Amino acid sequence: MKAEIKILTPVGMFGYGFPEADFWRGIDRGPDAIIVDAGSTDPGPYQLGLGKMIVAPSALERDLRVCLAGVVRARIPLLISSAGGPGIGAHVDATVEMIGRIAKETGQRLKVAAIYADVKPELVRERFAQGRIVPCASAPQLTAADIDESTHIVAQMGYEPILEVLRAHPDVDVVVAGRSYDPAPFAAFCVLHGLDDPGIYWHMGKIMECGAVCAEPKGSVIVATIRKDSFDLEPMSTAERCTTLSVAAHTLYEKTRPDLLSGPGGVLDLGRSRYLQLDERTVRVSGGAFRPSPAYQVKLEGSALAGHRTIFVGGIRDPILIGQIDPFLHGIKARLAAIYPELKSGNAQLIFHIYGKNGVMGELEPEKDFVPLEVGILGEVTAQTQELAHAICSNARINVLHTPYPRQMATAGNFAIPLNPPENDIGPVCRFSIYHLMEVESPLEPFTSRIVEV
Amino acid sequence: MNDKSKHGNRLRDLAKVIRSKNSGPFELTFDVIFSQPEPYRRVKESGVLTRELVCRLYGVPDDAIVAFMFFDPALAFKFTLRRGWAQGSIGERDTFGAQQHAPLMEIEIPGQATDQASAMK
Repeated sequence: MKAEIKILTPVGMFGYGFPEADFWRGIDRGPDAIIVDAGSTDPGPYQLGLGKMIVAPSALERDLRVCLAGVVRARIPLLISSAGGPGIGAHVDATVEMIGRIAKETGQRLKVAAIYADVKPELVRERFAQGRIVPCASAPQLTAADIDESTHIVAQMGYEPILEVLRAHPDVDVVVAGRSYDPAPFAAFCVLHGLDDPGIYWHMGKIMECGAVCAEPKGSVIVATIRKDSFDLEPMSTAERCTTLSVAAHTLYEKTRPDLLSGPGGVLDLGRSRYLQLDERTVRVSGGAFRPSPAYQVKLEGSALAGHRTIFVGGIRDPILIGQIDPFLHGIKARLAAIYPELKSGNAQLIFHIYGKNGVMGELEPEKDFVPLEVGILGEVTAQTQELAHAICSNARINVLHTPYPRQMATAGNFAIPLNPPENDIGPVCRFSIYHLMEVESPLEPFTSRIVEV
Repeated sequence: MNDKSKHGNRLRDLAKVIRSKNSGPFELTFDVIFSQPEPYRRVKESGVLTRELVCRLYGVPDDAIVAFMFFDPALAFKFTLRRGWAQGSIGERDTFGAQQHAPLMEIEIPGQATDQASAMK
């Protein structure tokens, strides 16, 4: 058993690319594994809903080629989590297939483990009926329709399914995991090596899964050195440094709060964490504590089709119309609602985004009475069919162009339209239908795996 | 539009980072991070950053605030709001929540100007 292990992470999002010289500098440090996260729900529900990957196949392939070269040269495993972004089975398989193709081309023989995070709707329905599913963060209550309408449902695995594979197949070269709690592969690798303080490995994983984003300036390639009761972080670009402040600040980023981080099986409490500047570019972290939850829960993510969307864009410069833009657009909405019962019933939506006024902040905008020089309008129509969305959008756009208004002087048209055709179908719209915590019988319950020799 | 910058008393004059971001699909989180302990302490002790101020600036009820805290290890102030709309779905304005921070920048903090504050560090 090693007293210390090193983990190399090339980038916070697999496929975004990373400086190769920094990667090889990291390999020269003698890491025990390369671990990289590929997942996120940040881009919104369409990827999970439509089964799309976050990065282009060519971008994924580029990053994979470099990492696989590192695997072969250093004889260490590569762990990829949340393959493809949403981490559905098809993304795991596509990633495994790509690895196979690269291996064949470069004459490598690799043992690849695929771990799946797809959850059967029947299991979700069963747990929902048992009252064992609760909203995660500020999500609304789950409904039976949310489950039925979801096109894909995945669960974020903890470290346990990955650890099981690593223990059963110590010679595995690559692990491709479906949807995972971002720090899970980091935790799994620590536990495999007997570093089993969850306060340490979860905190390390939470920072490392973003690559060298915890450095200043934000970077890409980073190496963590982990031991029983602390870990050290060093970015591999010599132009970057980790500081006690930059590392402590990292757990603020896109988290509800920086000190209590919920994950599968419990909560990481960083209230007493300590940050020590080891040298100019390296920080030592310790003091994280993990509090197991009474019941083991995994986070479910589901996405459903919400409709089909058509949009138009354009601008207004006329000061007389801009001065009454809200009542003007409100009147158009009322007119359209009278024509299309779907708008009135809520089965279709017509929404105007008024850029220059409150297009960015909407209701949250504190400057209510600001009168801009010009405004841009994005008209957004969603309906149950693309055809209906197009019809409503077209009608709305014509109304914006030609509806008269009080004190009108410009009688030839109200609206400057850049695009031709003026309204454009942009396809399906999704919604996060499930973002909930589900109790499982064991941390392994919904997850399956297979081994592929490529 | 606003020439208060000479005062050096706005949050944007005192902090290093003022940002907003989605925290999962159903929350928006806001971070104000300082590079030096002195302006951080000054802002924290001024008592200006309150839940009431957040409610007023963003026009939200108090129960929309799911976290509100100072975080000393990172010299940071943070609050998190429940999102009033679904992320990346119908009517979305800011998928990543990355442009909801601007009203925080103009918050006035009473006391001495920054140049004095940084000289004291």
